[in-house]
Amino acid sequence: MTPLLALSQTAINFTYLVAAVLLIVGIRRLSSPPTARSGNWIAAVGMGIAIFFTFLDPDITSYWLILVGMAVGTVIGVISARMVRMTAMPQMVALFNGVGGGAAALIAAAEFHRIAPDPGHLSGDSIGAMLFSALIGSISFSGSLIAFGKLQEVLPGRPITFAGQQLVNGLLFAALLGLGVAAGSTEQGIWMMLVLLGALLFGVMLVLPIGGADMPVVISLLNAFTGLAAASAGFVLENTALIIGGTLVGASGTLLTVLMGRAMNRSIANVLFGAFGAAPAGGPTAAAATDGKSYREVTADDAAVMLAYAQRVVVVPGYGLAVAQAQHAVRELADLLEARGVDVKYAIHPVAGRMPGHMNVLLAEAQVPYPQLYDMDDINPEFPRTDVALVIGANDVTNPAARDNPESPLYGMPILNVDQAANVVILKRSMSPGFAGIDNDLFYEANSAMLFGDAKSSVEKLVAAVKAA
Amino acid sequence: MSMTLLNSITVFVLAVFIGIEIISKVPTMLHTPLMSGTNAIHGIVLVGAMLIAGSADSDLEKALAFVAVVFATINVVGGFLVTDRMLEMFKRKPSKPESE
Repeated sequence: MTPLLALSQTAINFTYLVAAVLLIVGIRRLSSPPTARSGNWIAAVGMGIAIFFTFLDPDITSYWLILVGMAVGTVIGVISARMVRMTAMPQMVALFNGVGGGAAALIAAAEFHRIAPDPGHLSGDSIGAMLFSALIGSISFSGSLIAFGKLQEVLPGRPITFAGQQLVNGLLFAALLGLGVAAGSTEQGIWMMLVLLGALLFGVMLVLPIGGADMPVVISLLNAFTGLAAASAGFVLENTALIIGGTLVGASGTLLTVLMGRAMNRSIANVLFGAFGAAPAGGPTAAAATDGKSYREVTADDAAVMLAYAQRVVVVPGYGLAVAQAQHAVRELADLLEARGVDVKYAIHPVAGRMPGHMNVLLAEAQVPYPQLYDMDDINPEFPRTDVALVIGANDVTNPAARDNPESPLYGMPILNVDQAANVVILKRSMSPGFAGIDNDLFYEANSAMLFGDAKSSVEKLVAAVKAA
Repeated sequence: MSMTLLNSITVFVLAVFIGIEIISKVPTMLHTPLMSGTNAIHGIVLVGAMLIAGSADSDLEKALAFVAVVFATINVVGGFLVTDRMLEMFKRKPSKPESE
């Protein structure tokens, strides 16, 4: 097939410049609430321009492979993006990220294979970029799949660790570098395949020891990786659109990862190599700490009376609320309380839910008025004046051990000072520890009371009881 | 070092600075949508997949390139749509409550 309408490389590069500007404007607008949605579409238009004009590239001589591939990808992409529930969104983002990394690795592999038959044809620059794409793209692909598995709870969310793990990973990484050098110097396809396979294995090994609670940071980091892999593929193909698009994501993604880590008071190194939550979950210290402490249980009726006659109530939503799809019931409860003259606020921890900002999305879905949502720094001074703090399916972000107990693995993480409220009602399914696998001291405080059950049915019981009160 | 490579490196370095600069003041509530949005943007790798797929010679190359096109398209299409779904939630004004 001959090209439909071949544009010159200069003309195409010009359209890439236009696309790059739109991507930059798009990301910029994405970082401010009023403009975020339009920013996303501006970036999408930029992407559309880059894709459309790539069709006119004189190097492209056959279209069916591209068109069929894009049709298949579009169907899968649309269906998965439309069907996914908002609670499952973090793992969806992980999957979309993984396939992007996979694509970058495959591009490198295909390009290597194309040139492989004539050794010596490759310049040192492009072989380096190819190997980098293959390596980082594969790590991002398999790492994202493991992150997906953990968040979807197909795999255990707990860190999976074994003795000498870091040594094994270190050796594996060294072996990968060795394979890369072999691939680069021999220019034999077999070495490239080994690099790809080894990097896939390394991605798995890298993410397995990381606990589910840290997955958002990991996904963000892998997002930056995929960006760099795409940029590197751009170096291989000498394509500015790829270099700019990929690098923007690589750079902004790295910064975003640092910001997220900072919100949890965790350094990236700590997330990657800390095996957070592993020791206390299985260790004897955690078991000992639980012993001898007692908690108080409360009925929905009693809790409802506390709420109905309170002046100030702060709702602390967590992932449990999202899983139980209780956000609409919570909204109803808050409306009822407000009708009785109770001041209701929502305290949003930066990492409540499974991703920063996740809880804002879920509450917005339930049409909770935005002015009622308070950030951690704004709400913490309010807790001492609060009559009832209603903790719904949140756990680690309320654990006072993070503030008071230097032994705790959570120590140093900023928390919501829920324990300073006059009364704390905790809606929880059971006494099992939170996502990070760490026991919560809050449950054993004198002013705490537990209301066991599924978050949604508990809140519905509260609604009924408040109506009756 | 070739001129092309130097040009590419120039573009790369400038893009690093822009990438850091444009998101340095993002509120926490937008971290998730922003991650998702930038996630869609690295779907630009589709352009590379297209170039490979459109000029592949051997069957192996074609197979690799085809999968790359599918993967990258999922990344682009799914990424932008899921980001839009998230942001749609913020957009809805509390003043006009509507049931789903």
